[in-house]
Amino acid sequence: MAFEGLAERLQNTMKKITGKGKVSEQDVKEMTREVRLALLEADVNFKVVKDLIKRIKERAIGQEVMESLTPGQQVIKVVKDELTELMGGEQSRIAVSDRPPTVIMMVGLQGAGKTTTTGKLANHLRKNHNRSPLLVACDVYRPAAIKQLETLGTQLNMPVFSMGTEANPVDIAKQAIEKAKEEHHDYVIIDTAGRLHVDTDLMDELEQIKTTVKPDEIFLVVDAMTGQDAVNVAESFNEQLDLSGVVLTKLDGDTRGGAALSIKAVTNKPIKFAGMGEKLDQLEAFHPERMASRILGMGDVLTLIEKA
Amino acid sequence: EKTRKSFSGRINDLIARYRKIDEDFFEELEEVLISADVGVMTVMDLIDELKMEVKRQNIKDTKEVKDVISEKLVEIYYGEDDEEIEEINIKENELTVILVVGVNGVGKTTSIGKLAHQLKNDGKKVVLAAGDTFRAGAIDQLEIWGERAGVDVIKQHEGSDPAAVIFDGIKAAKSREADVLICDTAGRLQNKVNLMNELAKVKRVIEREIPGAPHEVLLVLDSTTGQNALNQAKTFSEATDVTGIVLTKLDGTAKGGIVLAIRHELNIPVKLVGLGEQMEDLQQFDANAFVYGLFADMLEEEEA
Ligand SMILES: Nc1nc2c(ncn2[C@@H]2O[C@H](COP(=O)(O)OP(=O)(O)OP(=O)(O)O)[C@@H](O)[C@H]2O)c(=O)[nH]1
Ligand SMILES: Nc1nc2c(ncn2[C@@H]2O[C@H](COP(=O)(O)OP(=O)(O)OP(=O)(O)O)[C@@H](O)[C@H]2O)c(=O)[nH]1
Ligand SMILES: [Mg+2]
Ligand SMILES: [Mg+2]
Repeated sequence: MAFEGLAERLQNTMKKITGKGKVSEQDVKEMTREVRLALLEADVNFKVVKDLIKRIKERAIGQEVMESLTPGQQVIKVVKDELTELMGGEQSRIAVSDRPPTVIMMVGLQGAGKTTTTGKLANHLRKNHNRSPLLVACDVYRPAAIKQLETLGTQLNMPVFSMGTEANPVDIAKQAIEKAKEEHHDYVIIDTAGRLHVDTDLMDELEQIKTTVKPDEIFLVVDAMTGQDAVNVAESFNEQLDLSGVVLTKLDGDTRGGAALSIKAVTNKPIKFAGMGEKLDQLEAFHPERMASRILGMGDVLTLIEKA
Repeated sequence: EKTRKSFSGRINDLIARYRKIDEDFFEELEEVLISADVGVMTVMDLIDELKMEVKRQNIKDTKEVKDVISEKLVEIYYGEDDEEIEEINIKENELTVILVVGVNGVGKTTSIGKLAHQLKNDGKKVVLAAGDTFRAGAIDQLEIWGERAGVDVIKQHEGSDPAAVIFDGIKAAKSREADVLICDTAGRLQNKVNLMNELAKVKRVIEREIPGAPHEVLLVLDSTTGQNALNQAKTFSEATDVTGIVLTKLDGTAKGGIVLAIRHELNIPVKLVGLGEQMEDLQQFDANAFVYGLFADMLEEEEA
C-alpha cells in the first residue's frame, strides 16, 4: 500500500545521495519533498504541512544536517522534533471545580465517539479519581441515543439523567445540574448530539447549553481517521465554544492520525485522551511524542534516530 | 446539494486568477485536490499527467486547460469503463440480500434506514436484520429506523451471535416473501482480525442459504475520513468482496475525494451518497457532479 514509513522513504532517497560525500541544497529539497508527501499521506492538513516544511527546511539546510554524516537520520530527527514540539506536552488532567459538580460537555461531529467517550470518562473518573459522575443524555435527535447512553450507564452501574426526546437539550442540561447537586454527584458529563460544524442552529444550541451550565471542560471528540477537513471542524467548534481540550478516538485502528497535528495546530488546545477501543476501559492519556512517531510511520523512526 | 454546484463555474474562478499555466497554477490545483482528500499519490500522478498534456497539446491559456482537468478526473474515476451511474443490484422476482459493512460510526445503520425507505417507496417489500448485537442501543436504533420506514426488523437480544441473527433474517425474509433483506452489522476497524473473520462468517451464512447472495456488499465510508479509507476499502474487500460504496456525510464540508483513489486502485464504485440524517437524505452517486464538488470550498475561500 501507499503507506510506507517516512524512515523508509528517506532511506530510499538517501541511497541516491550517498557516495557523493556532501549533502547539497538540492538533496535537502528532495528529502523535504519526501517529508511533505509522508505528512500528507498521514492526513496532516496541507496548510499545516506547508508551515512545517518551511521550518524543517530552514533547520535542515542549516549546519546540523549539511555537515552530518547521516543526513537522512538527521532530517528525521528534525522532523520529529518539530512534530513533537507542535503537539505539546502530555496533559491528561481533568478540571476540578471548587464548587461541585464539575461539568464536562462532549461535542463533535456525528459518529465521532462522544457517547462512548462519555461512558469511558465516567469510568475513568470513578476508577482513578474516586468520583461519582452523573451522565446526561442531551442527544434528543439520533434514534436511540438516550437508550445507548442508558445502556452504558447500566454497564457501568452509574445513573443517567434523561428527559426523553421531546425536551429541549438546554433544559435537560440545566435540570441535570440541579439533580447532581441534590444527589451529591461531583461530576456531570453531558453527552450532546453529533452535529456538523456548519449547522448554525445546532451550533447555537451548544452555545446555549454552554452559557446555561458553564462547563469546566468542553471536549471536542474527533475521529482519528479524519482527513483534511479536521482543521475546519476543529476551528469552527473552537471559535464558537472555546474548547478546553480534545479527545481523539479510534486510535486502535491503523490510521496514521495526522488529524491530531492539524487540530493542535489550528486550535492550540491540548489533546487530552485517546480512545483505544469500543470498551469502556479503553481510554488512555494522550502521548504527543508517540503520536509524532505514529504520524511518521511508527517505531522505525525511533530506532533510526538512535543510530544517528 | 454541495456536491452539485457547477464545476465549470468553480474552475472558471481558478482559471480567471491565473492567466498563465505556471508552477503556481499547478501548485494551487494540487492543494485544491489534496484538501478534498483525493489520494496523495493520485493527485501527484494527475498533476504530472496534466503537465504532460499541457505540453503535448501546447496549451498556453488556462481557459483551455479547464476541460483537460475535468476529463482527467472523471477518467481517473471511470478508467476504461463506460461513464454510467452504477445502480444497486436488485433482483426481480427473487430475494435480494444486501450486506452492509464498515468501520465504527460511519453511518451504516442510518443508511440502511434511508435505503429501506427508498426501496419501499419503489414498491419493494423490505426486511431488516439487526446484525449489530454489540454496540449499546444498536438494535433499538435500527428498530426506530424500521418504524420510520415502515418495514419489519428481525432481531435477537444484545450479545447474541450476529451470524445467527442474519440466519433468522433470511428465514423471515423468505417466509414473508420479501423482495429485499438488508443486513446491519456492527462497526469494526479493519485491523481487528477477529472481527473481520466474524464478518466473513456472516457472509458465508448468507452465501450458503441463498445461492448468488449477497447481491450487494455495501461498504459505508464517512466522507470526513482521509487516506485511511483506502485501507478500509482494501481490507473489507478482502473479507467480504465489497461491491459498492455508500459515501456518507457529504452534507458537511468534507469532500470524500479518496473514493477517486479507491475506484482507481480497487475498482469499487460509489453507488449511493448520504446527505443528511433524515430518511430522504440518500441519493444516487453521480461521478461528474462529485468531481465538480471537489473544488467548491477552496474557491469559495479565495472569493471571500
Ligand atoms: N474502535 C473504536 N471504536 C470506537 C471508539 N470510540 C467510539 N467507538 C465506536 O464508534 C461508534 C460511534 O460511537 P458513538 O459513541 O456512538 O459516537 P457519537 O459521537 O456519540 O455518535 P453520534 O451521537 O451519532 O454523533 C460506535 O460504534 C463506538 O463503539 C474507539 O476509541 N475505538
Ligand atoms: N450529517 C450526516 N450525518 C449522518 C449521515 N449518515 C449518518 N449520519 C449520522 O452519523 C452518526 C452515526 O450513524 P450510524 O448510522 O449510527 O453509524 P453506524 O455506522 O451504524 O455506527 P456503528 O454501528 O456505531 O458503527 C449518526 O449520528 C447519524 O445520524 C449523513 O449522510 N449526514
Ligand atoms: Mg452519541
Ligand atoms: Mg450501526
